[in-house]
Amino acid sequence: MDAIILQILNGLDKGSAYALIALGLTLIFGTLGVVNFAHGALFMIGAFCAVTLSRILTLSHTVIDETKTDFLGNPLKVDVPYVHDIFGIAAGNAIIDWAVPLAILFAIPVMILVGVVMERGLIKHFYKRPHADQILVTFGLAIVLQEVIKYFYGANPIPTPAPAAFKGSFDFGAAIGFDPNLIIYPYWRIIYFLFATLIIGGVFAFLQFTTFGMVVRAGMADRETVGLLGINIDKRFTIMFGIAAAVAGLAGVMYTPINSPNYHMGMDFLVLSFVVVVVGGMGSLPGAVLAGFLLGVLESFASMREVIDIIPGINQIIIYLVAIIILLTRPRGLMGRKGVMED
Amino acid sequence: MSKTDVSRRGLLKTGALAGSGLALPTIFTAQSAHAYTNEPTGSSVTLGFNVPQTGPYADEGADELRAYQLAIEHLNGGGDGGMLNTFSSKALQGNGILGKEVKYVTGDTQTKSDAARASAKSMIEKDGAVMITGGSSSGVAVAVQALCQEAGVIFMAGLTHSNDTTGKDKRANGFRHFFNSYMSGAALAPVLANAYGKDRKAYHLTADYNWGYTTEEAVRSSTEAMGWETVAAVKTPLTQTDFSSYIAPVLQSGADTLILNHYGGNMVNSLTNAVQFGLRDKQVNGKDFQIVVPLYSRLMAKGAGANVKGIFGSTNWHWSLQDEGSKAFVRSFGTKYGFPPSQAAHTCYVQTLLYADAVQRAGSFAPCAVAEALEGYEFDGLGNGKTLYRAEDHQCFKDVLVVKGKENPTSEFDLLEIVEVTPVEQVTYAPDHPQFSGGALGTCNNGA
Repeated sequence: MDAIILQILNGLDKGSAYALIALGLTLIFGTLGVVNFAHGALFMIGAFCAVTLSRILTLSHTVIDETKTDFLGNPLKVDVPYVHDIFGIAAGNAIIDWAVPLAILFAIPVMILVGVVMERGLIKHFYKRPHADQILVTFGLAIVLQEVIKYFYGANPIPTPAPAAFKGSFDFGAAIGFDPNLIIYPYWRIIYFLFATLIIGGVFAFLQFTTFGMVVRAGMADRETVGLLGINIDKRFTIMFGIAAAVAGLAGVMYTPINSPNYHMGMDFLVLSFVVVVVGGMGSLPGAVLAGFLLGVLESFASMREVIDIIPGINQIIIYLVAIIILLTRPRGLMGRKGVMED
Repeated sequence: MSKTDVSRRGLLKTGALAGSGLALPTIFTAQSAHAYTNEPTGSSVTLGFNVPQTGPYADEGADELRAYQLAIEHLNGGGDGGMLNTFSSKALQGNGILGKEVKYVTGDTQTKSDAARASAKSMIEKDGAVMITGGSSSGVAVAVQALCQEAGVIFMAGLTHSNDTTGKDKRANGFRHFFNSYMSGAALAPVLANAYGKDRKAYHLTADYNWGYTTEEAVRSSTEAMGWETVAAVKTPLTQTDFSSYIAPVLQSGADTLILNHYGGNMVNSLTNAVQFGLRDKQVNGKDFQIVVPLYSRLMAKGAGANVKGIFGSTNWHWSLQDEGSKAFVRSFGTKYGFPPSQAAHTCYVQTLLYADAVQRAGSFAPCAVAEALEGYEFDGLGNGKTLYRAEDHQCFKDVLVVKGKENPTSEFDLLEIVEVTPVEQVTYAPDHPQFSGGALGTCNNGA
């Protein structure tokens, strides 16, 4: 029982990342009809927003410490962050420590800008082209973006830790009556799950309860009719692209303490996120979220030693296996609607 | 109207002849006028540096390339001479190799076996490289080593740690200076038993590929010989990025030690995840929970940040060693590039010097002559103490470093501290040891 609870918890935070990326993908597909293979790169750029802010906050000037030597035997050069000079050592360290949460504020405008530039500068030229063309151009863009990041930040992962206040893990098992240490769960992963829930809820509320969202939903259902009513739906869809980019970017920012970001992290999530979108049903926002969590949990269960012992290799194929089964039994995915990607 | 005298049968014969000629790999035919593949006839000789310039190990590849460029500079008489001043052999005079200026070409392995073979083949066939060296992966090393054997050039392996490189996949034209999984296990186990006791229950997470298997086998057998019990060993996909679902069940298994047979990005992520889960703050079986990383790399330790603090592992070499060879290399490298070299840089630099020295002593670039000069060769002054290039398997035998993540690093390079220099006798094994069985060195190939 404890193992099952543990894997459900694991699946929820993994599913949070899938759901956030898949939500953005579905928003773009549902509004603009574009299959965006650069969406994983947006997740990666979001993560590097956190890295960038962390580097900005640790910008330093050099002080020579005559009492110590470096690896060549020269007096040691010690980097002193400017925030120490401005705010004092204790406050400066606290600001640096909170770089990842602060990066949320930094990433939102950056990601919206990146999304709008991407849409206006490149993707809009492919609206009327076949999906294969869209996939090729966005996949190419993803490769360009990751190579740009690698050029500036290198190929190695860059540690971007969570604030010290969130280090360690919560003994979930002890809290619900199991033995201590049986079900432990890192605080940051709990934060990540709550954050994802908040973002997903926010996007749904925005679409459901605002006039802007109502127009967008109307445009997703029947773009032509909305246009005939004199509404500039293209402009709203561009904004939605920016919002989708921001959602992916925020998912990336908050993911950095879980795994040290590297230039390839977007590609690691991209294919799985597409499977999530297809399983959820192309164009269905609730479907994307549901499938994200579902596949996250299933992936966690498939990684259990007891399961691998029975079916070796199941951990590597479970998501695709489930995708095949669902698509065979429900060709439009879990919550897909008739007519979407069927022409 | 013109008339042709070409018959169908004649056309077929000519086509078959031309086809079979074209089908013969140029590697085996192009150098027929020479005594061996790519025999240098001019005033220079070309070496081929096959390193990952793109892909996940690009930073490690860049450090290897820096080391190679430094070695070339020193071989040609430039710079301060580096380890040429401390090397026990005095055959090299700083005037190239056998009086020929040393030049180099580079290839990009991309850490993919097929890409690495293609770039090595190109350097041999198009650029006339007489020796290939480099790499950051055992899969790549084994693939390129086999190619060099077929082509008739020497392969001086870069960073490759799998037992198989000088075990079941060894080749007469291939040589490895870097240590291997067996040596890591043999060096680590006594230190672990001393630090954590002989009554431990270990849980292995192992990268699901060749290097992972040999490392798990080596560490398991060494720690079990010390009295540890292995409660579980779980394979993790090489593409895995989030290891939470593999780490979460560790405590439930009753294990009190987690051994991460991971390298590169896998190691950074699995270690980060394990620390996040607070494993190191837990007590199991009345003992503090511990994590072990059998193969450390400074570049990878940097990626894991503060998570490496206090965690044991092994390494081939470290810049903080205080022998004259290491100090000379660190001084040369640090002065030229502004930071200390990695273990990958060290092994690549040393391999280049060892190759050049062997050619100089043999008086020939012919692969079989070079191989003969390297086989059974004992040397010193290159950073690892007295070292033997064993004739039976072309593996270097030298001291191994057991290291630990430093608690209070003074710089971004000061991440590991040396806990013990394990003497070579403790990590030496018989050529027919079960962990290395199943292959044969064969005979050397001069190509041409």
